[in-house]
Amino acid sequence: MMGFEIVILWSDLLIWLLVAAGVALGVLIARNPPLLAAWRRVGANRIGMASATVLLAFVLVGLLDSLHYRVALEGKPGQKVQYAVEVLSVLDALATPLRTRNEKTYSEPFATRLYAKETIDVPGQGSVREYPRLKHGGQHLGEREGEVAADAGFTAFRAVALAFVVWMALAGLAARVAGDGNTDGWRRIWRGDTAFAWNAVLIACGLILLIAVPLFSLSGQYHVFGTDKVGQDVFYQVLKSVRTGLIIGLVTTLVMLPLAVLLGIVAGYFRGWADDVIQYVYTVLNSIPGVLLIAAAVLMMQVVIDTHPQWFSTAAERADLRLLALCFILGITSWTGLCRLLRGETLKLRELEYIQAAQAFGVSNGRIILRHILPNLMHIVIIALVMDFSGLVLAEAVLSYVGIGVDPSMTSFGTMINNARMELGREPVVWWSLAAAFSAMFILVLAANLFADAVRDAFDPRAA
Amino acid sequence: MLRVELLRLAFQSGRQTLVAVDGVSFDIAAGETFALLGESGCGKSVTAQGIMRLLPAVGRILGGRVCFDGEDLLALSEAEMRTWRGGRIAMIFQEPATSLNPVLTVGQQIGEVLWRHLGLRGAEATGRMVDLLRQVGIADPERRLNEYPFQFSGGMKQRVMIAIALAGEPELLIADEPTTALDVTVQAQILDLLARLQAERGMSILLITHDLGVVARMAHRVGVMYAGELVEVAGREAFFGQPRHPYTQALFEALPDISRRGRGLATIPGQVPSLGRMPSGCRFSDRCRHVMARCREQSPDWRKLDGHAVRCHWQGEAAEAGEWRHPLTEMEGAAGRSFLEVDDLKVHFPIRKGFLQRTVGHVRAVDGVSLAIAPGRTLALVGESGCGKTTVGKALLQLIPPSGGAVRLGSNELVGLKGQRLRAVRRHMQMIFQDPFASLNPRLRVGDIIAEGMEALGVSGGGASRRAAIAALLAQVGLPDEAMERYPHEFSGGQRQRIAIARALAVQPELLICDEPTSALDVSVQAQILNLLKKLQAELGVAYLFITHNFAVVEYLAHDVAVMYLGRIVEQGRAEEVLRQPHHPYTKALLSAVPAPRLEALAGVIRLAGETPSPANPPAGCHFHPRCPRASDLCRSQYPATVALSATHRVTCYHPE
Repeated sequence: MMGFEIVILWSDLLIWLLVAAGVALGVLIARNPPLLAAWRRVGANRIGMASATVLLAFVLVGLLDSLHYRVALEGKPGQKVQYAVEVLSVLDALATPLRTRNEKTYSEPFATRLYAKETIDVPGQGSVREYPRLKHGGQHLGEREGEVAADAGFTAFRAVALAFVVWMALAGLAARVAGDGNTDGWRRIWRGDTAFAWNAVLIACGLILLIAVPLFSLSGQYHVFGTDKVGQDVFYQVLKSVRTGLIIGLVTTLVMLPLAVLLGIVAGYFRGWADDVIQYVYTVLNSIPGVLLIAAAVLMMQVVIDTHPQWFSTAAERADLRLLALCFILGITSWTGLCRLLRGETLKLRELEYIQAAQAFGVSNGRIILRHILPNLMHIVIIALVMDFSGLVLAEAVLSYVGIGVDPSMTSFGTMINNARMELGREPVVWWSLAAAFSAMFILVLAANLFADAVRDAFDPRAA
Repeated sequence: MLRVELLRLAFQSGRQTLVAVDGVSFDIAAGETFALLGESGCGKSVTAQGIMRLLPAVGRILGGRVCFDGEDLLALSEAEMRTWRGGRIAMIFQEPATSLNPVLTVGQQIGEVLWRHLGLRGAEATGRMVDLLRQVGIADPERRLNEYPFQFSGGMKQRVMIAIALAGEPELLIADEPTTALDVTVQAQILDLLARLQAERGMSILLITHDLGVVARMAHRVGVMYAGELVEVAGREAFFGQPRHPYTQALFEALPDISRRGRGLATIPGQVPSLGRMPSGCRFSDRCRHVMARCREQSPDWRKLDGHAVRCHWQGEAAEAGEWRHPLTEMEGAAGRSFLEVDDLKVHFPIRKGFLQRTVGHVRAVDGVSLAIAPGRTLALVGESGCGKTTVGKALLQLIPPSGGAVRLGSNELVGLKGQRLRAVRRHMQMIFQDPFASLNPRLRVGDIIAEGMEALGVSGGGASRRAAIAALLAQVGLPDEAMERYPHEFSGGQRQRIAIARALAVQPELLICDEPTSALDVSVQAQILNLLKKLQAELGVAYLFITHNFAVVEYLAHDVAVMYLGRIVEQGRAEEVLRQPHHPYTKALLSAVPAPRLEALAGVIRLAGETPSPANPPAGCHFHPRCPRASDLCRSQYPATVALSATHRVTCYHPE
């Protein structure tokens, strides 16, 4: 076993802090019956729970990708241990074959040969121009290149069988939990009689297993989503992009939320000049074209990063800082919408009679805001949070496409799309990079949107 | 003409079907007004929606027949039904402010009906519209046709709504609480208008209301609904002469009235059962005074006694008075030294306009009000909406900073007090708000809600002693201890109002400002709250400033009365003086406009024209002169001085009667 050094990137820290905050919030919610009741309604929503399961799978990938380390280089004993320049994550370690088995350039999904002709010296025939064999994809087949379909099908079938076994185990577990000691848990799940939408969760789990297990088992022998220009496995890139997307979605809301909540409540509750100033600021901010502002900020920041190379010991740290800066910039420019919403709601709330009753008791303004206003705004905040998430993931893709997004060395859906766009004009077309990024992003954003819908329905005071 | 037979309507909630209207049958003859009476949640409005087939998306028609002139409305297709709605059957709603489309002119909205049902367009339609507006009493109809709803006042909007309903020349008009959102003087105008139109056109009216006074004024026949069933149907005379169902009797007895001063009001224990938990026998059995074993097992059948139909097993005669009423001792002590004195209180809100938000004028919400409240007495502040009575209450508490005048509590001057010193005097006054659903924070436990004032003002220590104090307060307002751990949404409107009262009492105030505390509640619950307020006054000696527009409550509860009109008090004195011998024409008109829940003829009713003007631009001279029947030239030029009629009775008028 090689030695290693744990590397904590700033974004890792934030992500795990967010996880801790999520757990703490969960505990708080469990203690607050009205909130708990609202989340129970989310739990009863089938579509909501199915999409939450899908989201959870993405989050799991993202979390695995947020535990970083550097491997110790082999050196002479007695010497100071040197660590590799490359920063790896647990996900990289799990997907080592995917990461290391690079081809020379483009290859189609499940291909055994490259996508470009090369001149090869064949002994006895001189130099021939043909599609060379891949170094890794389908190597185990040897000469039987025509049997790709049969071989892949057989592997997939075995994987599906395995997935089914795992799913049965999960279902048994769920039945036990839902049955609450009784034996009819399974029947109740199947009929949808349970308070929690177990059947939707199980179906979503089943679908995820059905897709994920065969993909992983096939990716050991083939490039399931093909390879990109420099021969990197596209499936691996998709997995790596998940973390980038999640960070952009979550950390940005973290930046934007305090600004929006604080300024929105202050403007709505105190009115007067505070309201004027805050409204002025967000109106001005809103009227500057967003992409322009972000581009200017990102370019300035890039100059700062480039002129201070001594700040970063690895390339990963540099890319990470740029990612966080991007989150920060996105956060600064996107708080206005929520702020406006919260200001309006606070304006309404402050005229309500229970606020006036509190004022009649001489309760201080800070306490009124904390006890009476903030809890009654939480439903809007939660809804906005979940809905903004998907918007931000898409925003990252757009910005990276324009070239002002994440560091080029960092994989994200945006950079994948940006790299693939060059090859759309080529004949025959290289479609797999784009398709893979598109479908992964589509599933992530769709799940987030459907989940947001479920949350909004459950927290809507008119429906409750 | 309209015959409803065993109509059953329900709401779909998940997999449950909640029956909201269960087997209701009644007839309405041509030219007749049938009043459907009942408390909220009894299924009155749902019945009306069922007749029009306008149920919400989750509503279901389970069975029964609705026949109009022999045609079964429930069997018609949706397209056919559209020609009936607004054509032969029209409907007007409770809230005139939301039943008109704000972006269309009044003319366009009436024209829509004329085109749809009569095929009228162009000049012909305009002529008809002008006619209709004139019929509903809108002056200068040619000009007003092109105006938008926001240019009309509340009563005028309701008139427009009636004009729209009349445009299709309906034979049946369904009026769902048509005057509940209006002031008494305007309510009287609208009821007169409806009665006149009915007489002219021979139209039938299905009147839905909770107000016995409106029923007495309008109805030919009355049906009482309870928990989705009709329980009593009778002609007007029989109904008011001798109500037979225990529920109807209890409703009558729960009404506050001058004759019941000094006694507790009869209350109906409990509340209307929820749709999911209907009792199996008679639905009123749990709250009935005359309940028998049979009532709990078997739902009673109709029993007919000369045109008076009742669904009840109990065959006794009218209520034997007395036994269930617990007499209360009246705190009729002489008005002692007042502890709160208000002198020339003014609250002006600036009107800002333009880019720089310059002040261009003032809304004189309260314009020189002087009051005095003595310990343990109730001062009722009466007036129509928009006269500034709520603003007075809030200005007393310094929730709205007064623009001028003085509020003295003991020897402390409150106006201009800030910070710690203001907090200290807040202990002495508290407020109870109108809407029990908006006055409790839905996210706090009842215990925390009540403790809030104690914490803020540092009353009683922490921990166990505070819990004991909260429990004692809850007991005082008649709620169990365990209410402390529950959330407001688990309580009914009346219970919430009790919690609000407990919260106000928590800091042991000497004055409670009650801002229409019962106007959002049903009659039977109102009686409970009024009884509670009286009991608390007797026990604690707390004084009330009772802000209300409900004269029955004033008569029942108040020691002193002050009548407000457009930011100023026009008449004040002891309750007997003001209510028995009113001298200001406005007080007289207000008193006579209140519909009484009795049979007696409505002779000598003074009808006020028009509505309260805007306080931003009050009329010159006496504010009341444009509506006053006795206005003279003097009234038009100068505001009258206050005249003392007795030691306590004062009136501000040139021509007191």
